[in-house]
Amino acid sequence: MENNILLGHGSGGKLTHNLIKDIFVKYFDNPILRQQTDSALLNIDSNCIAFTTDSYVIDPIFFPDGNIGKLAVCGTVNDLAVSGATPKYLSVSFIIEEGFCIKDLETIVSSMADEAKKAGVLIVTGDTKVVNKGQCDKLFINTAGIGILDEKLKAISSGDNIKAGDKIIINGTIADHGMAIMAARNFGNFKSDIKSDCACLNHMIKEITDTYSRIKFMRDATRGGIATILCEIAENNKLGIEIDESKIAVNENVRGICELLGFDPFYVANEGKIILIVHQEDADTVIETMRKNKFGKDASIIGEVVDIHHGKAILKTGIGGSRIIDMLAGEQLPRIC
Amino acid sequence: MKYIDEFRDKEMVELLIKKISSITTKDIALMEVCGGHTWAIQKFGIPSLLPKNIRLLSGPGCPVCVTSKKFIDQAVAFSRLKDVIITTYGDLIRVPGSTSSLNIEKSKGGDIRIVYSILDALQIAKENLTKKIIFLGIGFETTAPSSAAGVFNALNENISNFFLFSSHKIMPPAMAALIDEGVTINGYIAPGHVSVITGSHIYDEIPTKYGVGCVISGFEPTDILQSIYMLVKQIHDNNFSVEIQYKRVVKPEGNIKAQEIMKEVFTLRDDWWRGLGILKNSGLAVNEKYSNLDAEKMIPVIVEETKEEKGCICGEILKGLKKPKECKLFGKVCTTSNPVGACMVSHEGACNAYFRFNN
Repeated sequence: MENNILLGHGSGGKLTHNLIKDIFVKYFDNPILRQQTDSALLNIDSNCIAFTTDSYVIDPIFFPDGNIGKLAVCGTVNDLAVSGATPKYLSVSFIIEEGFCIKDLETIVSSMADEAKKAGVLIVTGDTKVVNKGQCDKLFINTAGIGILDEKLKAISSGDNIKAGDKIIINGTIADHGMAIMAARNFGNFKSDIKSDCACLNHMIKEITDTYSRIKFMRDATRGGIATILCEIAENNKLGIEIDESKIAVNENVRGICELLGFDPFYVANEGKIILIVHQEDADTVIETMRKNKFGKDASIIGEVVDIHHGKAILKTGIGGSRIIDMLAGEQLPRIC
Repeated sequence: MKYIDEFRDKEMVELLIKKISSITTKDIALMEVCGGHTWAIQKFGIPSLLPKNIRLLSGPGCPVCVTSKKFIDQAVAFSRLKDVIITTYGDLIRVPGSTSSLNIEKSKGGDIRIVYSILDALQIAKENLTKKIIFLGIGFETTAPSSAAGVFNALNENISNFFLFSSHKIMPPAMAALIDEGVTINGYIAPGHVSVITGSHIYDEIPTKYGVGCVISGFEPTDILQSIYMLVKQIHDNNFSVEIQYKRVVKPEGNIKAQEIMKEVFTLRDDWWRGLGILKNSGLAVNEKYSNLDAEKMIPVIVEETKEEKGCICGEILKGLKKPKECKLFGKVCTTSNPVGACMVSHEGACNAYFRFNN
């Protein structure tokens, strides 16, 4: 293990996983944390509560179709929703750099309020700290959230019920958020109309669970992209996964810039996409339900769980070849030539 | 997507595979010497489609992989100087030096910035007049002209705090050295981007002197498969030459203007290649005339003694003598998140591509 924290430790890939395993879980270890799910599931009296937290640091803080505040609400709402919970309450903490423009703060807070209202959650507590100029980059936000879990959906977080034959579904195009951020950073000097997919997906998820389909697993594919999630599912559950590249939609403008810079869209961040694993007989119902919601109109089956090559996710490439999908090692970097 | 999907057409791929399979059942080893090809071959799963008698070897075509440890050690030493900002292409920061890497120096507070182009480095120089900005020039004939153009821009704009640290190399000496060393290569999938600059004549010696064909290839699956087909056909017909498959981009004469500025700014020197040792006239040093922009000449620094990694067989892998899996460190000590050798660092490196797509 390295002696110092590298940027790659925050990439969501292998270095992040090692850090969590070797430092955090090592010292904080308990049966709930050990589950390593998007939300902790807590049995309090007769209720099961889902509890999660996330911190948001992003450059730039304003980007096409979103800002750090919208992201902070959507991210935590989605972490609760993919655990099968109905998101209820959020806390919000701000760490603000001295000199930050109050009008910008108001814009961010107002969009957080809008997003919370749309998602049907209440922001019920918070905290504010201001640090000296240079001690943080403009604004960092932490949100924590709790939601009520339906007893029947308890196994979704762990994916314990996933079986060979189950279908893997995504609710639309990939890599929009990551490439919108790249464009907003003026990386590579290109102009584009790419928008972040940042959105609260809890209503769409509720519509799916209301169909009583056999949902085996859900996770939002954020940092590390869909590749990281697919690897995690295969590794953690000792299952084989097969993905059909031709079934995965990437917006033309996103794809073009990925090709140009040498980024693999599979590893680029999303903020409004979930991977679902459902019983094969229920896949069509789930797709049909998702497509009725604006955040799921491009939903499709992208692959299935198989009883071979356990622990590995294999991609059937568009030209008919096959290769392994691995976790991102550090940060994704543009190619040299 | 136009200009992409046509070249990834499944039916065309199947047709090409059929044509390749129908020519011969003889064992054939083809080497690609461009990291972009290595990456594309693994990304599209091309080895899983080829007939068993055709073996693809990854040669020394990844700029990061062939860069010497000594260069990294010196870049690390530069980064520790208080008044220096290092600007570099991304992958280089993860390459391990003897005791550190640019990534580690960055986490300790070294001012190391990833840029996409030398023009970004010049901009940083303009914005930080009290600092010395060093651009790490790596890569072959593809990136060398842009480094040369950067030198011109610095002069034209009177940017006096910009310096180039060159590890640029040229491709033909390495291609000849591999055959001289006795590596079995029946054909070269020659680099597309290098050839855009150089044209096709730089490879003329390979078929005439060694009887090994060269096909300059594009980077899409059908490009690569068509190039393989052309090479296999040359071998079957026993008629070796330099052919251009990537005709939509590569001209036989290359890009004359880029060749001229390279010639003006750089001068050939003997250079050290990871795995191949010192190759005569294979590196590009900054020409004496421009030495006031040469980091090696203008910024004195004490560099630690370079130590080579024990057990790492990057050298033999770069020569195509061994596959990544034959290395004792592969996948155990040496992984994409903790690379020991340079081949594991860049996504164009043979070990990295093999680890991610085949492990």
